[in-house]
Amino acid sequence: MSARELHNRPCGGRYGDIVQSIGNTPIVELKRLSPKPGVRLWAKLESHNPTGSVKDRVARALIEDAEEKGAIASGQVILEPTSGNTGISLGMLCKLKGYPLKVVMPDNVTPERTQLLQMWGAEIIYSEGSKGSNGAVELALEMAAADSRYYMPYQYGNEANPLAHYNGTAVEILEELDNDVSAFVAGLGTGGTLMGNGRRLKEVLGDAVKIVAAEPMQGEPVQGLRSLDDGFIPPIIDLSLLDRKIFVTNSDAIVWTRRLLDEEGIFAGVSSGAIARVAARIAGELDEGNVVFVVADDGWKYLSSGVYTRPLEEIENLESTLWW
Amino acid sequence: MPTIKIPPVLRASVGGEREVEAAGANVREVLRALVAAHPATESQLFGGDGELNRYVNVYLNDEDVRVLDGLDTTVAPSDSLVILPAMAGG
Repeated sequence: MSARELHNRPCGGRYGDIVQSIGNTPIVELKRLSPKPGVRLWAKLESHNPTGSVKDRVARALIEDAEEKGAIASGQVILEPTSGNTGISLGMLCKLKGYPLKVVMPDNVTPERTQLLQMWGAEIIYSEGSKGSNGAVELALEMAAADSRYYMPYQYGNEANPLAHYNGTAVEILEELDNDVSAFVAGLGTGGTLMGNGRRLKEVLGDAVKIVAAEPMQGEPVQGLRSLDDGFIPPIIDLSLLDRKIFVTNSDAIVWTRRLLDEEGIFAGVSSGAIARVAARIAGELDEGNVVFVVADDGWKYLSSGVYTRPLEEIENLESTLWW
Repeated sequence: MPTIKIPPVLRASVGGEREVEAAGANVREVLRALVAAHPATESQLFGGDGELNRYVNVYLNDEDVRVLDGLDTTVAPSDSLVILPAMAGG
């Protein structure tokens, strides 16, 4: 059997090390999930990054930014709040570059996140799960203020985060789709993916492109705040850049995570199911064009939860697990 | 009449209810009707300038009203408003 003709160059690229191979992810059309023939639905597979999530781009940008500014040198302790993926990506970067890493992470994430962080040699400090990522941010800020040995990249307030997408993800999308994008859909966590891609896409395409945020409808067990004033909006978020902002329940997110798997063969994490659901809805509102959404991570670190194999009603801790 | 879904953090201010009804043709009117019935919610929902508190997200069904028309967003009797604290991920 002859080799299939190669349409893309480079074929995944040739790199000097694993860090350089971050990005340049595939974009895949989802014909079965597209609700209309004239609208093409595309998944940008950030799950193909080395540690399996979009956060590899962010972690590299955060560390390189700190190095360029002379803020860190080998041996510097890095401290960062995370719901998991940024910590795992920093774990890889810090291990390779010789920075001891501490992450502050809510205690109600899937156990695979703990294993992966330990695998990369990170020290984990758990925050109260009922406060979600807000609790991790609060605790990490307290720790950083109390101990000058820490350098905190602070993905929530560091422009290197959106710039990783402005100079990376968005450029790749525009190139692959020949500057023809009607809507871009991504999850809202730190805001980095939406802000960086949103800015670049709007600069190139103007209002012809709609920037759409999908966000989790937090389960009640993770709304353990004392008052609404304990809410947190990452400083890098500029809501004026968003055309739509839509929440998705955990149940719907899991239904669509399964649809990605069953109908398109995409093995993605739970937030990507939510993002796909919103992308399909936006696609249904258009008559034609390309709708791109970000598959933020792969499914490996959710296997123990049973989301891919158990009936929805048998998934334990559906509402008390922090999936994003 | 529109319904409002109350987050756990606000329930003590509405007598423990998870969901309440409040009349109004836009988000401002519906939330003001909620405040009139349950005055303890006012300081959590609104700032001194009468705008939504920064860390409160209000959704018309499932869309954030801040990226619609804010407090002026039209509400139909069959609609549901959802109040949630702003939460991060990452």
